[in-house]
Formats: sequence, structure tokens, C-alpha cells
Amino acid sequence: MYRGRAAELLGGIEPGTRVRVHKGGRTYEGILMPRSELGDDRHVVVKLDSGYNVGIEVSGARVEVVEGAERRVAQPPPPPPAAGGRVVSVLGTGGTIASRVDYATGAVHPAYTAEELLGAYPELAELAELRARVVFSILSENMRPEHWRRLAEEVARELNSGAEGVVVTHGTDTMSFTASALAFMLRGLGKPVVLVGAQRSSDRPSSDAYLNLRSAIRVALSDLGEVVVVMHASMSDEVCAVHRATKVRKMHSTRRDAFRSINSPPLGYVGEEVVLGEERRRRSEGEVVADTRLEERVVLFKAYPGVSPELLEWCVDRYRGVVIEGTGMGHVPESLHPGIERALEEGIPVVMTTTTLNGRVDMKVYSSGRKLLSMGVIPGEDMLPEVAYVKLMHVLGVAEDMDEVRRLMLTSLAGEITPRTLPEVF
Amino acid sequence: MLRVGFEIHQQLDTRKLFCGCSSELTDSWELSVRRQLRAARSELGEVDRAALQEERRARWYEYQVPRASSCLVELDEEPPHEVNMEAVEIALQVALLLNATPVDEIHFMRKIVVDGSNTSGFQRTAVVAMDGYIDTPQGRVGIATVCLEEEAARKVGESGGVVTYRLDRLGIPLIEISTTPDITSPEQAKEVARRIGEVLRATGRVRRGIGTIRQDINVSISGGARVEIKGVQDLALIPEIIRREVRRQRWLLEVAEELRRRGVRAEEVGGERADVTELFGSTRSKVLSGIIKRGGVVLALGLRGFAGLLGGEAGLRLGAELAQHVRVRAGLGGLFHSDELPAYGISEEEVEGVRRALRLGDGDAFVLLAGERSRVEAGAEAVAERAKQAVQGVPEETRAAQEDGTTRYMRPLPGAARMYPETDIPPVEVSRELVERLAEELPELYEDKIERFVREYGLSRELAEQVVRRGEPELFEEAVRLGVAPTVAATALTMTLRELRRDGCEVERLGREVMLGVFSALAQGRLTKESLPEVLRELAGGAELEEVLRRMGGKATEEEVRRLAKQVIEERGEFVRERGEGAAKPLMGVLMSELRGRAEGRMVMQVLQEELRRFLEEAEVKAER
Ligand SMILES: [Zn+2]
Repeated sequence: MYRGRAAELLGGIEPGTRVRVHKGGRTYEGILMPRSELGDDRHVVVKLDSGYNVGIEVSGARVEVVEGAERRVAQPPPPPPAAGGRVVSVLGTGGTIASRVDYATGAVHPAYTAEELLGAYPELAELAELRARVVFSILSENMRPEHWRRLAEEVARELNSGAEGVVVTHGTDTMSFTASALAFMLRGLGKPVVLVGAQRSSDRPSSDAYLNLRSAIRVALSDLGEVVVVMHASMSDEVCAVHRATKVRKMHSTRRDAFRSINSPPLGYVGEEVVLGEERRRRSEGEVVADTRLEERVVLFKAYPGVSPELLEWCVDRYRGVVIEGTGMGHVPESLHPGIERALEEGIPVVMTTTTLNGRVDMKVYSSGRKLLSMGVIPGEDMLPEVAYVKLMHVLGVAEDMDEVRRLMLTSLAGEITPRTLPEVF
Repeated sequence: MLRVGFEIHQQLDTRKLFCGCSSELTDSWELSVRRQLRAARSELGEVDRAALQEERRARWYEYQVPRASSCLVELDEEPPHEVNMEAVEIALQVALLLNATPVDEIHFMRKIVVDGSNTSGFQRTAVVAMDGYIDTPQGRVGIATVCLEEEAARKVGESGGVVTYRLDRLGIPLIEISTTPDITSPEQAKEVARRIGEVLRATGRVRRGIGTIRQDINVSISGGARVEIKGVQDLALIPEIIRREVRRQRWLLEVAEELRRRGVRAEEVGGERADVTELFGSTRSKVLSGIIKRGGVVLALGLRGFAGLLGGEAGLRLGAELAQHVRVRAGLGGLFHSDELPAYGISEEEVEGVRRALRLGDGDAFVLLAGERSRVEAGAEAVAERAKQAVQGVPEETRAAQEDGTTRYMRPLPGAARMYPETDIPPVEVSRELVERLAEELPELYEDKIERFVREYGLSRELAEQVVRRGEPELFEEAVRLGVAPTVAATALTMTLRELRRDGCEVERLGREVMLGVFSALAQGRLTKESLPEVLRELAGGAELEEVLRRMGGKATEEEVRRLAKQVIEERGEFVRERGEGAAKPLMGVLMSELRGRAEGRMVMQVLQEELRRFLEEAEVKAER
């Protein structure tokens, strides 16, 4: 919004008003546009009739309202057409897939509701009867465990009231965390729960949202019984990959095909049809229960040269579980050993994963690893660090004692641990 | 009253506008991706009609990705980087040369373009300056805006519903100069385009060569409508294109008047339609029978009161206009209309059958559309819409320029709804200090430069004009600084190069570096001005300068000339005895070509005459004995 000298010049004229700005013998006529909060306070922005915006410096300028001009306001998109057939629930949580330009800040913000999103893509209604609903609308970097809980409950409710599958639109930054959380929390899940997002906002003609969303709906109708992420498989708009919730990671900041399955191949692909591999869990009947017990006091701790041991000590004082992202096969500087030892003595489980993401931790090979094992560090096998983090929250929430924690952490609960790794996955 | 306005697009000679890629075009590519685009709504909730029309076709776009000149930004896989300030400065310089006022803050916009030529589905464009002017002998013409934008991807093919583009051109900085519609004659239009082109080239920072500058022309006449003609690359065609468009609009106005005279009302046009597939069950028309065999349909659409207006002179045929709309909007190959039937294997009886099916009278016309049902229906809509416009007069539209000066329908005129802010790029402040600095550093305009070349270097006005307008004025001045005589340098850069080009030499090989090498050899006396054309010819053929200099370089000594002259005279002894001293002129030609310009003409002539005289004297002595 306008502030300072620009606000003074405008004297309360609202953006959207048709104005004439006179300056230096020249007149700029057009619609007053909002000012980005990041912009300075010395320019006003006018959209000329040609459609172009120009910024006019305020010194020596005079603004006049054009009387009788119609004020133009943004129109919402038409509502989605009603359709019959199999029901897929679409739950909105915000993110780029449900975003549009925010003229107050000039940035991309979640603003579309799930209904609006489907209204923008009416042909999606041909695939299924879509029941769209917004659960919350936040950027995924602001997602917290309480959001995972609410979402798990909403998903369970949809599935228990007749939906064939659920599509969750989600920001891409932390989508894999939410996917893992749902995978651990939804007990008795026998239907597809599909998380989907976009790397290019849906107000752009080139947005990846449409293909991702269409593919997600197709997967939600398919013979699948687990939580997955569906996103572009390549930089082309042809095929999406179906990733297991607990094996997927966002591996690129901007590309459409940012999501990759790590340590295992994708479960399948979606083009015009859904093709799923044998590894997947198939669709089955039964009640879904959302077990939303989570111990939120878990920390994800990264080991690196020069890491401060005090930082770990500080964490041990405050947290109930520690997941370490160790180097290589699961090592940490010796300076961290006292902190780890203290944690384990105090009944705080320590789970080891690796910064390499690809591959499995193996702490038997070198003495430093063996030492950690003997202290009682739980090797995280080929679990992704973020997945181990979410899993430890879940396990600490449900387990009775340390032995059970260890047993559950070493058991694949939702496909997060793969017993064998094929050469082609890296 | 004719009103013409222009948009001139010129590529800048810098790296790309929003990434670090070079602006070079490449023949090879290493990767390709396939994409689809969808029209987005503007921030005011409107969908652009031109964008909608493209989207209805649901096309695939394939992008070839050359590593040398494209990165994730061109692929729309990474947001644009900060704007290339060098390009901004060139655009501001051009604006100042065109007497325009820079805006205080540049805001990049997204101009929706969903024909696939931009991977993002929009072109990034910004107004840099407004309200300038340019003077022509026919009067002053306003410059409405100077914009800086990104060039679109290069279309390299289209087949089976897939349009292929290469990303090397996408993102090259482009200046767009729009004039006000003040131009009143085809000749003035050409003059405006020429002068703006000269301003652009005067900066010395624009790209040269085919496709690096393009003109779009807006033409309207009284009672007509604004028609935008896109993609005019040849300046010489401008007057012809305008004259033809004026004729086309006048003719459309006449057609409209005639239709109204016949009592045709727009809202009633195109209502009569009939599926006449059965009627053509055993037709001898190969086109129709082929389509029917493949399961297609034939649809007839009646046009009451249109008889005799569909055919006519080339370029002025309503039938052709309808066919262009059908092609663009429905993807059909074309149509048949009653003014040209019976023909093409369609019989008199079939024509009558269609007339009966549509209950048409003598004054009525019809068109036949054939193909897949959905396309035929879309085609019928296109015909009906265009025929309705015929009653009203000239439709506003965008047309594509053809090489022969005619135009064809491309799409409706895009509306203003196609713009929304490019939020990935922060606004660029144009400070007073920046404008003042650029104003001080403005390049010399062509007129000023020509006068200076006449004054400073003693060139004739004609030669000066050629060097400045068609030659390389910067290179010329460098050559003079090296010590080459101005007239010699100017002639080499204009006439000599032109002759070599005419002879089919690859003068593209004679770049700046090569020419400077030649000029410095000339200044050092390592070659003569006479041998210059020959040396350049060899270099254009791919030879190395040093090698050419070794072979033919160095001035021939007087002894060498004398030895050669003797040889030439002796070989042609009989001819010389016959012609006496009159043989000098023809022998001079032989000698000069043997010397390949390695000696000054005056010296050669003198030596030749001496040797000729000696030969003749000796011959006389011999004869006396
Ligand atoms: Zn690039």
C-alpha cells in the first residue's frame, strides 16, 4: 500500500480508481494500481489504457480523479460445473498451486480457494465428482504439526464418508513432511491420498498446476491404498510421477520435476492413464483412523565440520527425540559424542540418518560408527532425514517405552525403509 | 483519410534480458521438452479473446533447448534474474534520440501470448519512455511509447498439431517503438520506418541481419477499422502493403454497402445450416469423397444475399477471407463457396441439391465445409461470424504479412486485458542522474555523421551517405585512424563489398577483425589499394590474410613490372607490330591482371610504354637489316 510521500500525494484515493497524474507538462491517465510493500514511497503506479503500468515519481506531480469512471474490481472465476460419478475430495491447504498475484505485496500468495481452483479448470469435473473444500490456506513453510493433525482428521473423514480418494493441494516446500505425517498417522488406509502442488503459480499460462491436478485426480481414482505425492516427472507437461509419501523429496528449488523418489523408484506414472508398479499398496476396504498423537519435541540436527557441541547439549535439554543428519554412512564429529551419550542416558532416542540422502547408513564399518551404535544410537537405515524426523514424532507419540521406540523406528511402518536398494535408483 | 501507425521491433546486441545467456542463434540443440499452455485471467478477471482463441486449439509445443543460448530461465523452470541494465540503457538512449520522456519507474508486465512462442505463456514487456516524435519531410510523427521487451522463441516447425520452437531467440532484448497513427501516406510510412531504423543503428548496439528488425503496421481508413499487419521484415514492401490494405478495406466497405442495399441484416446471417453428407455420397469431388470415406461430414451454410460477393479479384475475395478464418479457427484446409461452383468435381446437380436443402434463392450463396464433425462445426461458427462482420464493414483484426505484399487473417486484435504485472521482477527506477548521463553520451545521428564525414574526411556527400547508411561508419573511422586514405577506406567498405556480394562472394567472412587486418596491411604498404578487391575476394573465399599477403602482397618492384611487361609484349609480338604504340591500352589490361593490383597503375603504364617503344624500335632495326 502507499505510504509516505506517495500516500500524501494521493490523499486517500483508492487503488482501482481512474486517475490523471499531471507532471512536467505531461498527463498519465489510467487506473491507480496498488504499491508493493517492498516498493519505495516516492512513486505512484498507474495502469495506462494500453495495459502497461508505469511508475511516476511524486515530486511536482498532481493527481486528479477522473469522475464518472467505472471502478474495476477483480472478478472471481465461475463456480465449477456439477458432475456425477465417483467422488474425489479435494482439500485445499494453500501454496503455489492455489496461488495468485497479490497486488498488495506484488508477490505470489495463496488466495484461490479449492473451489476457485477447480473453477479455473472446469474440464477436471469430467474425471470425477469433485468435492472441494479449504481446510486452511497457508504457505507450506508455515506448516506446523498441528496442521498435519487437522489434515489427517479431515482426510479420514472424507474417506469414511464415501470418497474414492482424497487430493490435497499443498505448497511444495514442505509437502514431503506433510505426506510422511499423513502416511504415519492414517491407520487402516486403503484408499489413495494424493498430495499435489505446483512449481509455477496457477495464474500463469505455463503453470504445471493443471497437469499435476489432473494426474492427482486420476491417481485418487486408481487401485492404490497409500499416501503419495504426484508431480511432474520431467520438464515436459506429459507425465507425472507417483511418489511414495515416505520416499519423496523436493530436490530442486524451481523446476517442475523437483520431486524425486530417493532410494526407491516412483510407484508409478500418470499420463492419459495411471500405471502403477507392484510395489504399491493396493486399494482395500475398511475404516480409516487418524492417529494424531505426535511428540512435537523432536529436533532434526545436522552434523558438519565445526558444528557446536553446545548446540546439541542445548537440544538435549529441551527435546524428547533427536534425529541426526550425519555425514557419509552415519558419522558425527567426536565432539558431539558426549551430547549423544547424555541424550541416550536420559532416555532421549537418537536416530542416525545421512546428509547424502541417497544410500543407507551403516555404522558398523568404522570405529566411530561402532562407538555410536554401542551408545545406543538407532541407525535410520535408508530413511530420509525429514521422514525420520516426522516418524520419530509419531513413534514417540504412540510408543510405551524406549524398546518399543527402537523397534518401531527399525520397522518400516509406511514404506519408509526399503530392505534392498536397486542400483538404478541412483 | 488514411491513418497508419507502426510498431518497430529491434533486437539489441547484448546478452539476454533476464538471464546470463548469450543472444547468439544456434543450429544445434541438445534437449527438448513438450509443453501446453492455458490462458490465464487478467488481474481484473477477464480472459483475452486472442488468448482464448489460441487455447481452444489445445496445442502441444515442443521446445528445442540449445545449451549455448538457453538455461532454466528460458525453459520457464527458474524465475527471471534481474533485468539486464545494459539493455535498459540502450532503450533509454533510443528513447532520448526519439525525443521521448523516460518514465520514472519501469514496471515489467506479462503480456499474455499463448501461441507457444514464450515458454511462460507471456512476454515480459515494459514501457521505458513516452511521448516522443520524429520529423519527416511529410510532417512530424508522434512516438507514443518506447518499450523494452523479451524476444519470443524461434518457430522452427509445425506438424501433427505440435509447434516446434527453439529457445535460442527467446529472451533477447527487444526495443519496441510505437508511433501514433499520424502517418498519412505509404511513402511517409516508409520514411518513418527508415528514420527510426537509422536512430536504432546509430546506437551501434543493435543486432543486424535478417529477422533482427521487424515492423508491425496498423492501417485504418475512414469508415474502416484498425487492422494490424504483423511481421513486415522488408522496408521496401511497406508502401505496397499499405496500398493493398487500403484497397482491401475500401472493398470491404463496398461489400458491406452492397449487402445492406440487398437488405441483408447481420443478425440473420449464417443461420441456415444443413448436413449434406448424404447428398455427396457418390460425388466425383476427390476432396469430399475422401473426407466422407474417412468418416467426416459435409456441412452447408447458407449466406442469404451474398451471391456474387464471394468470388472476385485475388486479394479481394470474401470467399478467401472466410477460408482464412476457417483455417485459423477450425484447423480445416479451406472451404468451397457457391460463386466458384460447380467445379472441383462438384456437379451442377449437387449444387442444386445444396440450394434445395438450404432453401436458397438466386441471390443467395452458400459455403461447404467438410471434415471431422467438431471441426466443421467450429468452421461454420467462424464463417457465420466473419460473414456477419461483412455486413458491418471492416473487422478489427491482426493479419500476417506475406512476402508478396498481401496479408492473411491471423487472429482478432488482442485486447488490453492481456497485461498483468510481472511480480518476479522488481520495478527499475530511472533516476534523473541516469537520464542526464545518457543524454550526454548520446550517439551521433546519421545526418550529423554524414556531414562530419564530408567535412572532416573530405568524402563526397554520396560516398559519406553510403558509408553511414549502408556501410560501417565505425570501421571506416578506425581504418582512417590506422592511416588508410579516407576515400580508399570508404570505397572498400561500400562499392567493393557490394561488388563482391553481387559476385556471390561470402562477404559475411569479412568481419570487423578481418577488415581491420586488411586496412592495417594497406596502411603499412604491405598491399596496394589496387589489389584490395582481389585480396578481399580471396579472404571471402576462406583464405588467411597472411597467406594471401605472401602470395600476392607486397608491391611489385619496377624491375618485376618491367620483366612482366617485356614478357607480355613478346608473347604478343605480331599484335604489337600491327598496332604500334596503340597496343599500350589493351596490353595495360593484360598486365594489370597479371599483377593483380600489386603496382600503381600510373607506374605500370609508364613502364609499359617505355618497353613498348623499345620493342618497336628494335623491331624496326631488325626490319631494316
Ligand atoms: Zn538463459
